[in-house]
Amino acid sequence: MDRLATAGAGAAAFVVMAPLIAIFVYLVVRGAGALSWAFLFNSPRPVGESGGGIGNAIAGSAVILGIACLIGVPLGIGAGVCLAEYGGGRLSTLVRFVADVLNGVPSIVMGIAVYALVVVQQKHFSALAGGLALGIMMIPTVTRATEEMLLMVPRSIREAALGLGVAEWRTVVSVTLRTALPGVITGIMLAFARVAGETAPLLFTAFGNQFWNWNVNQPTAALPLQIYTYAISPYDEWHRQAWAGALVLIVLIVGTVALVRWVTSRGVMKGTG
Amino acid sequence: MRTHFQESLDSLKGKLLAMAGMAEAAIDAAVRAYQERVPELCSKVFENEVMINLAEREIDHLALDLLAMQQPMAVDLRFILAIIKSNADLERVGDQAVNIAERVMELIALPRVELAADIPQMAAMSAQMIRQALEAFISGNAEQAKRVLETDDVVDRMNQEIFLAMDKTMHECPALIRQALDTLLIARNLERVADHATNIAEDVIFWVRGADVRHHALAEEK
Amino acid sequence: MGMSLSVRQLNAWFGRRQALDDITMEIPANQVTAIIGPSGCGKSTFVRCLNRMHETVPEARVEGSVIIGSRNIYGNGVSPVEVRRRVGMVFQKPNPFPAMSIYDNVAAGLKLNGFHKRRELDEVVEHALRMAALWDEVKDQLKKQSGASLSGGQQQRLCIARALAVQPEVLLMDEPASALDPISTSKIEELIFQLKAQYTIVIVTHNMQQAARVADGTGFFLLGKLIEYDATEKIFTTPVDKRTEDYVTGRFG
Repeated sequence: MDRLATAGAGAAAFVVMAPLIAIFVYLVVRGAGALSWAFLFNSPRPVGESGGGIGNAIAGSAVILGIACLIGVPLGIGAGVCLAEYGGGRLSTLVRFVADVLNGVPSIVMGIAVYALVVVQQKHFSALAGGLALGIMMIPTVTRATEEMLLMVPRSIREAALGLGVAEWRTVVSVTLRTALPGVITGIMLAFARVAGETAPLLFTAFGNQFWNWNVNQPTAALPLQIYTYAISPYDEWHRQAWAGALVLIVLIVGTVALVRWVTSRGVMKGTG
Repeated sequence: MRTHFQESLDSLKGKLLAMAGMAEAAIDAAVRAYQERVPELCSKVFENEVMINLAEREIDHLALDLLAMQQPMAVDLRFILAIIKSNADLERVGDQAVNIAERVMELIALPRVELAADIPQMAAMSAQMIRQALEAFISGNAEQAKRVLETDDVVDRMNQEIFLAMDKTMHECPALIRQALDTLLIARNLERVADHATNIAEDVIFWVRGADVRHHALAEEK
Repeated sequence: MGMSLSVRQLNAWFGRRQALDDITMEIPANQVTAIIGPSGCGKSTFVRCLNRMHETVPEARVEGSVIIGSRNIYGNGVSPVEVRRRVGMVFQKPNPFPAMSIYDNVAAGLKLNGFHKRRELDEVVEHALRMAALWDEVKDQLKKQSGASLSGGQQQRLCIARALAVQPEVLLMDEPASALDPISTSKIEELIFQLKAQYTIVIVTHNMQQAARVADGTGFFLLGKLIEYDATEKIFTTPVDKRTEDYVTGRFG
């Protein structure tokens, strides 16, 4: 009976992983051909010219995602701390409700909302607006992860800190949060991976850019946007670049998450679970 | 709770009572031997001495085991202490019976003579004290134990009287010195028995009340 | 040096349920005072009132006064955080901070309160670990090993060192050895005996033999009330109250 269960579990795992592997393999097959250093470091060239690339899109995504993290992570952790440590009561119910609603908002609606609130006011597209949209989308995931990981820290750890005469807020920040950090970082990475591939919100906010741009107040290229642009174009050359871009996007996301995991695991003390 | 422990305590009490019975019987036999001049009764006392010693050892071992295994506290601890001490006192009572029997053997070998010493009465009082102390032990009655303490004075007085009487006899009739001496020693042994009864009574009071009345005059105990 | 504690008419509630009823007792300085009683009698609650930890539970309430040295810790304007620096606590289940090294654990009380001078921290950590009889076992692994990687007995001694590092005047111990094996328990008891020269120690224990071994004075609690409080040997040989006697002889509890 045990072996049957093990076999079943193995089969389920395979079934789950299969589409992932299939996608990855397909991307490699379709896109590897267009990969080159020029592709990775150059900005797009008009159709017909060779040597075009997604370098500016990679840079732009990095900037936009950086802004998103700056917005989403502190707010998300803050909300999570609020819910876990000072929970109970009407405020918590409200915060949780808002977070759930935010989670359910379609990404394109988020984009339109930021368009109306920010882009229209400023009268221009910008990486800031794009970062804002993505940042807001990160909040619910980070909040949920923070709250759950904080609640998992045993009460005895908190009491130990309080018993030493450490103030309550300090206990939360330096002890409880520090203990829960690995899980919180996982939550942040989940949120990051989700928004890193979002295209729709960026359509009306960052808008995209054919050229290199480091000014956050100007329209900025982003990798998903660029892939989208190439994909819906009628040009074969651009189609191949779209495949390659998709491959690069996945590799970059997976790579970033892996890097963060490796860096933070080096900081964890030996001997903890 | 602790039924097993309670049963052990009850069993210990029972064994002490049985041993007390043997000690009382020994005194009784020795005094009857004195009255009736029967050497067989003395032999019985000598034989039963072994049984008394065995019983003392057994009670000590049981008490030690209970102390080690059950970690008794408060009243239980005081009870076991009372058992151990009374155990020793009763064994000494057995020894006193042997001493009396030895004196009686000598008296039987000597010519019979009437002396001014009411040994049977003194023996009756001492034996009664032992009995009362043990009854106080059985029922955990501190009042009864206190009465035993009061009776000790009477026995002490009787011992003193016999001492003076025998002293007078030895001066007036040197031929009777051996008998007088033996009689005096028997009285002394009986006085010791009364002392042991007093010790047992004091142990009962400490067990029941947690009040240490040893070496204090009764008036100070209040 | 340790301080004496004077508890006057202490009452405590969890919401509507009263957990402590009018407790008054004098706890002498530089002695070990044990608090015994059956489960639910309020002994843990009592001890947690001595360092104002009781009120960290939602809907918990305290009335009455606890005077340590000459100050009432429940007086107006007294900060609970400040109280907890003067009254340390060691809990039943060892609770070292898992995300910190041994060194950081011991130094936590100081570092988290803003004290960062390196050399002095080193001295304090070593001194505290020596007092907790743990220094020799961990001195080579101070910064590399996490607090949670030690054995149960060592973890508890680490928690003791951590509490001692902030130099409290009173040390509260809530069943400190109940989760430990006999040898660790014996080490902790030996430690308590040595610590009382410098600290006033209040220890909650459900193990009467432990109270008998380590405590100078013992208080018996039942249903939130203090039934009897006296020298330890008196409580265990000639207690006055029948309820105390029934408890120490194991007739109930």
